[in-house]
Amino acid sequence: MLAHSVFFYFFSVIAIFSSLMVITSRSTINSVFFLILDFISVGCLFIMVGAEFLGMIILIVYVGAVAVLFLFVVMMLNVAEQKQSWFIGKKSTHIPIGLIVSVLILLELLVVVGGWKYKDDLMSSSTLNLSNISNTHQLGLVMYTDYILYFQLAGVILLLSMIGAILLTFRQRKGVKKQSYLNQISRDPLSSIELRDIESNKGVKIDD
Amino acid sequence: MMDYLQILGNEVYKILFLLVPILVSVAMIVWLDRRVWGLVQKRKGPNVVGPFGLLQTLADALKYIFKEIIIPASANKVVFILAPIVTMTLALVAWAVIPMSEELVLSDINVGVLYLFAVSSLGVYGIIMGGWASNSKYPFLGAIRSAAQMVSYEVSIGIIIINVLLCVGSLNLKDIVLAQQELWYVIPLFPMFVIFFISALAETNRPPFDLPEAEAELVAGYQTEYSGMMYAMFWLGEYANILLMCAMGSILFLGGWLPIIDIYPINIIPAPVWMILKILFLFFLFALIKAIVPRYRYDQLMRLGWKIFLPFSLVYLVLTASFLFYFDKLPKGNF
Repeated sequence: MLAHSVFFYFFSVIAIFSSLMVITSRSTINSVFFLILDFISVGCLFIMVGAEFLGMIILIVYVGAVAVLFLFVVMMLNVAEQKQSWFIGKKSTHIPIGLIVSVLILLELLVVVGGWKYKDDLMSSSTLNLSNISNTHQLGLVMYTDYILYFQLAGVILLLSMIGAILLTFRQRKGVKKQSYLNQISRDPLSSIELRDIESNKGVKIDD
Repeated sequence: MMDYLQILGNEVYKILFLLVPILVSVAMIVWLDRRVWGLVQKRKGPNVVGPFGLLQTLADALKYIFKEIIIPASANKVVFILAPIVTMTLALVAWAVIPMSEELVLSDINVGVLYLFAVSSLGVYGIIMGGWASNSKYPFLGAIRSAAQMVSYEVSIGIIIINVLLCVGSLNLKDIVLAQQELWYVIPLFPMFVIFFISALAETNRPPFDLPEAEAELVAGYQTEYSGMMYAMFWLGEYANILLMCAMGSILFLGGWLPIIDIYPINIIPAPVWMILKILFLFFLFALIKAIVPRYRYDQLMRLGWKIFLPFSLVYLVLTASFLFYFDKLPKGNF
């Protein structure tokens, strides 16, 4: 058990430290890197308690995809400059709005966690036999039987938000030349090459 | 306490026994790559250092070690140094779960495929970090291209893996290989194999998808500012990743360490040899494609990933699932 506790304290200390660094570090890029470190160590903690599937999914989804996008956004925007304009120019509307949103989220979290109730037969559920089958299999058994409605609802919500994001960023600009692969591939020499006899000192007018 | 030390020593010994052959084979594979490339173009390729030029990569490595490491003045030093280390570590760490035979595997975990997928998706970080920390235009453009490309092709690789998992019913790599004893999955899932192979090319930034380092536009992409050993580490990590993708392909589709047919004179060849032969076969295809295919345009690359591979593999997933369900071939839970 010694090794187990050593690893547990190792990962949890890193997780707590890096989550503190996420909100305190001055440079935004460093914040994102610490966020990634946090995700990784939380994933390792999941693996240590035997939830290997969840641990791997955290690595794949959060570290492999979500955090990459965070990093992208932070690198593309010049966040340092914007930050200065928030704090120095006093007309900023970001901070009050941010405060309102974060207080709301805190209240919601409190309400949800305060009223948290486990399903009565969660631990004694007949579909769960903790010793024989692997973690992934167990998760599948529960997810597609007892919680199929929530599972599907979560999927629908994700789909909706995806469509929303696409709609918000979709702009049809005018005057942009678009390539049609079919037209490009189906060109042949007969329709696109023309032989002409050119008189000297006259030149040819090319249609434009 | 002594017990722990002993276990630790044992593990270190095993890890070294895995890492050293991989590093050596990465060196050999670089030679093979250049050699195939040369032969396709009717050149000889590296043939001077050692027999058949086999030691060429070692000579190159020596050269890199003795070169000066230059860190640009405006670079973010920590991230700049961290990037090649991350690339190299991630490329090597994934080999822990690759089974070379039924017994020969460092750690036989339940979620082996997910682990491989996770580690290969983390490979983006080395590139983004390197490109951003260099604080220069070309590396940054290269890093952004590479990240977008890798994230896009990961999606279709994930769906292809789900295809295989549907037939196997387990996430364990050993189970995946053992499930192919009767029929390798290349045959029923051939279109998926082709898509996996092409996505692997894109995932490892190999030609024809080597846009992140397109030398005509971006100098050398995210590696532009790197020199000496740090550049060599990027390079080694890249080749280790390519080998890893080949190993993944041979486990998922070509039956891992299983022999072609299980009859007498063929099945006395030991299992790891089969595995290595399959990896080499896939790598040979990688090297051939590098030599004979021109580079894609970036929008074509994105179109191929999102508009062709993703829908096609999704449809094939539905087909596989319905086929298995209709003929009652879905794997029964005995794991």
